[in-house]
Amino acid sequence: MSKDQKATNMLHSALRRLLFLLCLAIGGAFVSATLVRFAPGYGVQERELDPRWSAQSIEALRQKQMLHEGLALYYLHYLSALAHGDLGESDSFKRPVRELLRQRLPVTGNSVVRGLGIAWLGAALLASLGLASRGWLYEASSTAFSSLLLSLPSAVVAMLAVQLRAPVFFAIGVVVFPRLHRYVRSLLVRSYDQPHVLAARARGLASGAIFFRHVLPISAPPLLALLGVSFTIAFGAAIPIEALCDSPGLGQLAWQAALSRDLPLIVNVTFIVSLVMFAANSLADLAGRAFSGSTP
Amino acid sequence: MCDLSTDGARHHPPTSLSCPAVSRCPQCRSFDRHPLGTDALGRDSLARLLYGTRISLLLAPAAALLSTLIAALLGSAAGFLGGRFERIVLAVTDLSLALPWLFLLLTVRAMLPLDVSPMVSVIIAFLMMGLLGWQASVRVICAAARGVRDSDFLLLARSSGCKPARLLLYHVAPNLRSLFYAQFWISIPLFILTEANLSILGLGVMEPMASWGNLLRGFEDFSALGANPWRLVPLVLLVIVVMCFQLVLPSQEVTQ
Repeated sequence: MSKDQKATNMLHSALRRLLFLLCLAIGGAFVSATLVRFAPGYGVQERELDPRWSAQSIEALRQKQMLHEGLALYYLHYLSALAHGDLGESDSFKRPVRELLRQRLPVTGNSVVRGLGIAWLGAALLASLGLASRGWLYEASSTAFSSLLLSLPSAVVAMLAVQLRAPVFFAIGVVVFPRLHRYVRSLLVRSYDQPHVLAARARGLASGAIFFRHVLPISAPPLLALLGVSFTIAFGAAIPIEALCDSPGLGQLAWQAALSRDLPLIVNVTFIVSLVMFAANSLADLAGRAFSGSTP
Repeated sequence: MCDLSTDGARHHPPTSLSCPAVSRCPQCRSFDRHPLGTDALGRDSLARLLYGTRISLLLAPAAALLSTLIAALLGSAAGFLGGRFERIVLAVTDLSLALPWLFLLLTVRAMLPLDVSPMVSVIIAFLMMGLLGWQASVRVICAAARGVRDSDFLLLARSSGCKPARLLLYHVAPNLRSLFYAQFWISIPLFILTEANLSILGLGVMEPMASWGNLLRGFEDFSALGANPWRLVPLVLLVIVVMCFQLVLPSQEVTQ
């Protein structure tokens, strides 16, 4: 395949992903709007139960909330507000969802990125050591260690982090690490067992040269795809960890919204997180394809 | 077996209080009466552990069965039929896989009432996991069904006038049976861990019903662990069971 063809394929793939992301945004917005509109207690406010309010005042309040508008008009209003970045107001926090997201997203983003850094570093280090030693004792102990971590619920890791006064990102790293370690290890083992890598080793090439010239080109695309998936795992782990470690991030926000049945908030948080995750996965996938396309 | 029958705990129902002053009462604190001690409300911990184990070990496989059934139906139909249906199913699956699962569970849980009876909370928790946990299996099953689609025996069945539904049920599904079993076993530890996470966060199995996740909430107070190390037993049990699945499953996956 020529370079031009590869570039065209890449562009097509990127455009397809972008179109899918756009469809997801519109579809997700419709689903979010439907869930919020048909949730029990939609539009009912405590003020309406106050006997001091007259019937006219309550009617005016309902008019203000546009409860009498048709469904089509409701969707139109919701989508136009969304296009302007207005995600509605949280029932429990009594604040705009956009403002809450703006405050919480950087906290979670920071914890997730640092946690992923620790997890990837640990997984790569342990897998490389396993490859270097190739002893059964090391293999058995590292497998048992990662299985033990894999068997711990994220919430228990969070409780341990609270007790040990470990930072939130470290707890996220501990949750993500065993999932990465297994995959990275088996991927590296498979790459090192390839015939051309064996031939390079037999010819006496330096281990660094073997890794960068022969192993990395094979392993990079699946590793980049795994990077996208690890973002999803880390965001999922952030919910119990932030909730129990009392970290003011998106995970804690989602948990509080679920406990107080704050549907506008939880639905919009999930919608935004799914968009971010899909974009991250698509980027990782495209980077993997670009990498495999650039190597001979 | 003891956990499943809970005969060992029939003298101490898991929700009954043994003594109002359990922390001071020497009889209640005796090993013979309460081998694992009692919780803060005076409920027998062994009885709660046995009942909780029964719930976790019976309902996690039930949720796994439900999710595997959905995945088997969707995956084999998508792989067998191909075309637009396969593309739609795979797009929905990709989308669901990109979304952190706990966010989805929390959203669905938030839509359901929180002030439900404990039994209903158990059913909701596991039904939710069963209905939302099929995505990872669909991809694998779809790929396998795609491989079977052009095989000779299907061509023969098709030429004999077999309808698509019959082909799917009697020819495709039996060939993927081992894959269904593997996906079922893989899902069980995932659901055990998810139930534990949800229950610790107060969104899974509700008190006074016991489950492993529910019992782990006692783990929050670390200062009490030194005096009452039995509080670690639910965690140890959970880790052993999930670890057994983790260690056994890879060899099963290889044999598929």
